[in-house]
Amino acid sequence: MAGVRDIRRRIRSVRNMQQITKAMKMVSAAKLRKAQQKLGAARPYANQLQGVLERLAQAPGDTVHPLLVKRPVQKVVYVLITSDRGLCGGYNANLIRMTAGLIAETPQEVKLVTVGRRGRDFFRRGKTEFLAEFVALGDEPSYNQAKEIAQEVVRLYEQGEADEVYLMYTEFVSAITQRPTQVKLLPIEKPEGKQSKQYIFEPSPDEILASLLPKYVETQIFRSILEGKASEQGARMTAMSSATDNAKDMIDRLSLAMNRARQAAITKEISEIVGGAAALE
Amino acid sequence: MAGTFSLRIVSPEGNLLKEDVEFVVLPGGMGELGILPNHAPLIAGLDVGVIRYTRSGSTKHAAIAGGFVEVVDNQAIVLADTAELGEAIDLKRAMEAKERAMKRLAARTNEIDVRRAEYALRRAIARISASGDKK
Repeated sequence: MAGVRDIRRRIRSVRNMQQITKAMKMVSAAKLRKAQQKLGAARPYANQLQGVLERLAQAPGDTVHPLLVKRPVQKVVYVLITSDRGLCGGYNANLIRMTAGLIAETPQEVKLVTVGRRGRDFFRRGKTEFLAEFVALGDEPSYNQAKEIAQEVVRLYEQGEADEVYLMYTEFVSAITQRPTQVKLLPIEKPEGKQSKQYIFEPSPDEILASLLPKYVETQIFRSILEGKASEQGARMTAMSSATDNAKDMIDRLSLAMNRARQAAITKEISEIVGGAAALE
Repeated sequence: MAGTFSLRIVSPEGNLLKEDVEFVVLPGGMGELGILPNHAPLIAGLDVGVIRYTRSGSTKHAAIAGGFVEVVDNQAIVLADTAELGEAIDLKRAMEAKERAMKRLAARTNEIDVRRAEYALRRAIARISASGDKK
């Protein structure tokens, strides 16, 4: 049986940890709200861009843009979006496991572009080659950061370093549910849509398409980064919340053990005194 | 009076403006585009520049850094890379950005830097000319 003092020391250290996890939980709750807001703010633009792309796809004339052309697939690139920081439950682990599984299943040559420190650090140990890495996006990633990543990815695709590009990110379902997701980024699937109104295009549909498609890639990446950020904060909040609860259970259990030990010590002392007194008589 | 139509400006960072207007001038890729109510469906590329929109006689401005516009069903939706309303532009900061871009242009290092500086300069000029709206 551990001494009363040892137990008391343990209670103190668990309580300190509990305070930290509690603070982290509240911080990530605030950050989650912000991240969700940004995600919501990005939606109208993304939807509208998608709409314009659909309208363009129906425009007369066969639009052949390099980003739309399917090539025989020899090289596959996965763009993996993880967080920079840990302590967020299974957020990174789930996505990394899924990605590692997919890489193992892909018969073609696979290379990686990583966003976020966690994914990079994990795959650095493996033998999958990196084409680019982006770290330290911060808690509020800006569109320009997504743009930078998109430009690099498009460049890789145009130079033939990749015949297909997939985005691996965590979709934000709710604060307690996040889903690892795989989305094909390139080549862009030409959206099907019903013939609607007759549009005027200025300049030509091809030229608009040429400037729109890179933006479409940027938006997709930006959205998945925002989804990832919201998921990260949600996962962290849940993880820290259960850590706080666990700490409370632990303190309760330790307090019980401490009281019992103290009781035992007192009982022992009394019986020693009584025993000593009895011996004198 | 031909009535009004709705003008929306959205960027990846959020909705910027939604307002009923009578007339809009947009910085089209091949010159300015004027849009009046009941315009035919249109999709156009936009350049860096200033959007002017008129509502009951008063004209307001917004600076955008390129993008697209879709006009359909009496709605004009501007998809801007970045956008700022004239009343929200910090003139001092825009001036500073212009100075910086000019300096970098004068230094003339490599081609990419020059292109970037030119783009920054055009954005700064657009912001300067869009600024000064009253709330």
